[in-house]
Amino acid sequence: MSKTILKSPMRKNISIYALVIIGYIVMQCMIQTGNITSVLHGQLVPICAYIVMAISLNLTVGILGELSLGHAGFMSIGAFSGVVAATSLESIIPFAPLRLAVSMAIAAAFAGAAGFLIGIPVLRLMGDYLAIVTLAFGEIIKHLINCLYIGIDSGGLSFGFLGTASDLNLKDDGAVIVNGPMGIAGINRISNFTAGFILVMVTLFIVLNLINSRAGRAIMALRDNRIAAESVGIPVTKYKLMAFVTSAAIAGSAGALFAMNYSTVVATKFDFGTSILVLVFVVLGGLGNMMGSIIAATVLTILPEMLREIEQYRMLVYAVILILVMIARNNASFMAYLDNLKNRIVNAAKKTRKGGASVG
Amino acid sequence: MDEKRPKTKLVPVPSKSIIPERNLGKPPIMEVLRLGIDFGGLTAVDDFNLTLSHTEIAGLIGPNGAGKTTIFNLLTKVYEPTRGTILLHGKDTHGMNTAQVNRAGIARTFQNIRLFSNLSVEDNVKLGLHNQIGYGMFSGIMRLPRYWKEEKHAHEKAMELLSIFDMQDLRGHRAGALPYGAQRRLEIVRALATNPSLLLLDEPAAGMNPSETGELMENIVKIRDVFQISVLLIEHDMKLVMGICEGICVLNFGKIIAKGTPGEVQNDPVVIEAYLGRRGEEDRRAES
Repeated sequence: MSKTILKSPMRKNISIYALVIIGYIVMQCMIQTGNITSVLHGQLVPICAYIVMAISLNLTVGILGELSLGHAGFMSIGAFSGVVAATSLESIIPFAPLRLAVSMAIAAAFAGAAGFLIGIPVLRLMGDYLAIVTLAFGEIIKHLINCLYIGIDSGGLSFGFLGTASDLNLKDDGAVIVNGPMGIAGINRISNFTAGFILVMVTLFIVLNLINSRAGRAIMALRDNRIAAESVGIPVTKYKLMAFVTSAAIAGSAGALFAMNYSTVVATKFDFGTSILVLVFVVLGGLGNMMGSIIAATVLTILPEMLREIEQYRMLVYAVILILVMIARNNASFMAYLDNLKNRIVNAAKKTRKGGASVG
Repeated sequence: MDEKRPKTKLVPVPSKSIIPERNLGKPPIMEVLRLGIDFGGLTAVDDFNLTLSHTEIAGLIGPNGAGKTTIFNLLTKVYEPTRGTILLHGKDTHGMNTAQVNRAGIARTFQNIRLFSNLSVEDNVKLGLHNQIGYGMFSGIMRLPRYWKEEKHAHEKAMELLSIFDMQDLRGHRAGALPYGAQRRLEIVRALATNPSLLLLDEPAAGMNPSETGELMENIVKIRDVFQISVLLIEHDMKLVMGICEGICVLNFGKIIAKGTPGEVQNDPVVIEAYLGRRGEEDRRAES
């Protein structure tokens, strides 16, 4: 952020898209040739989901500049509404990828609506208070879903709260989808790596284009200086809500993708720890830096799996690595060294290209 | 505070206006009537009356802590006034917020510079143009033709505005990394971009050397002439104030102590006393 001349956003964005596409192609090649470990293969969809979560939280924390500690709550709403939608649409839309897309859209709508309702009171607060209240809302969502019962039968969906699944009074052909604290079991696992890749690309398209437009400028202006933004006629509440709701909706679709990769999902999966995990991706990757979020989400999702070999020291090593990366990223001379290295590589590449051209 | 704010209504108040004669025919751009604000028990501004006409450059001066910036904050609704009325183009701004007041025609700069420091110079100006760029969130995300057309138009307009201060070359720079003087100029450009009818400048010459101040004086007059707007400025540099202001309002302890043309104000004994203290007091102290 200390650079004087800013890079053109267009070039920066193209390199982000390129990174994701190359990553996808490499992974696909590894899958096709069978060069992939089963652990990594199993992590591909969660990685995509976490990348989408990190990008969406970066919109709130890095671009809007408000710390949110309850982002997993929106993921949870997306996960549950997405799975319920997918289950109830099973007979209407037999084609699985389309059903996945529709249920992701429904998940985004539900999470976005929740973001709107929560955003109205929360965004009136400032700084630490806002962070604490989002934390509380995240927990509230978790506990509400923990008490939720949803069943389906020939008469449609039926809902129950507290009580037990038998209170739903389902007909004989009915089935319980959401079973309170036991969550959802027997999910039809329709998520796959390609769907995850497409969701990442769509998310990037939405977020990057939003940032580099009139609305995005207004959102960043609120982050940099709220009073000045108001003084040039920017309505504060509108743009804060716009960023918050977009962020929540994207988190919802990530939740749907995530949930439909597993056969069971419970509300306690999306707790405070998950919110913090995603926040770590964002902070490590750099506030407002989407490329950083993607890399951090990928590396930090794979890392614990890679460290499984050292068994009980796994989380210790993971924590030490986190701290070291934080220190390195905040060390000006180390970052300058990295920049220098990057420039040297770029220049060398240019030279060889020029050399090759002159020979040819 | 228990006391509820009385609903503002139009009260004719005899105020000594500072309308220059050439514009007497036109209705005033802004009328401020009996404006006041209390912070708890402290009355920061009281009974402030001001009339500004079209294309007038007026100055607001006074010792430190006199309430000058508070008045700017009241006019732009950063603070809600406790008493009084602000009429902009004859319309009461009561109940409007800062953003709405800006859209109604008041733009301002800040004493302690408030730029969007992580954004580029061009984006800062484009934010000033925000309400004149006509596409929504959806067109922006989907990159519809409307986006390209409006952004191109905004870019051209931003460059045109930056050219007032010859700052086109700086368009890609991070606003926070600009030198001090350029930041002050950028703030003025950003305020102008909102297409105001009244520009409030809070100490525009602070921290500038005499040659820069001279250049700034020319530019303020130029801006007034080109954009046909009124300017109200707070400034401690008397050369600037006396040089370009057509009317001056002197404030002390939140109250107007003098109003008039530069010549009148300069020779007003009350003003001299507010700035330099009473001669008698000093003499007495010297004697004892």
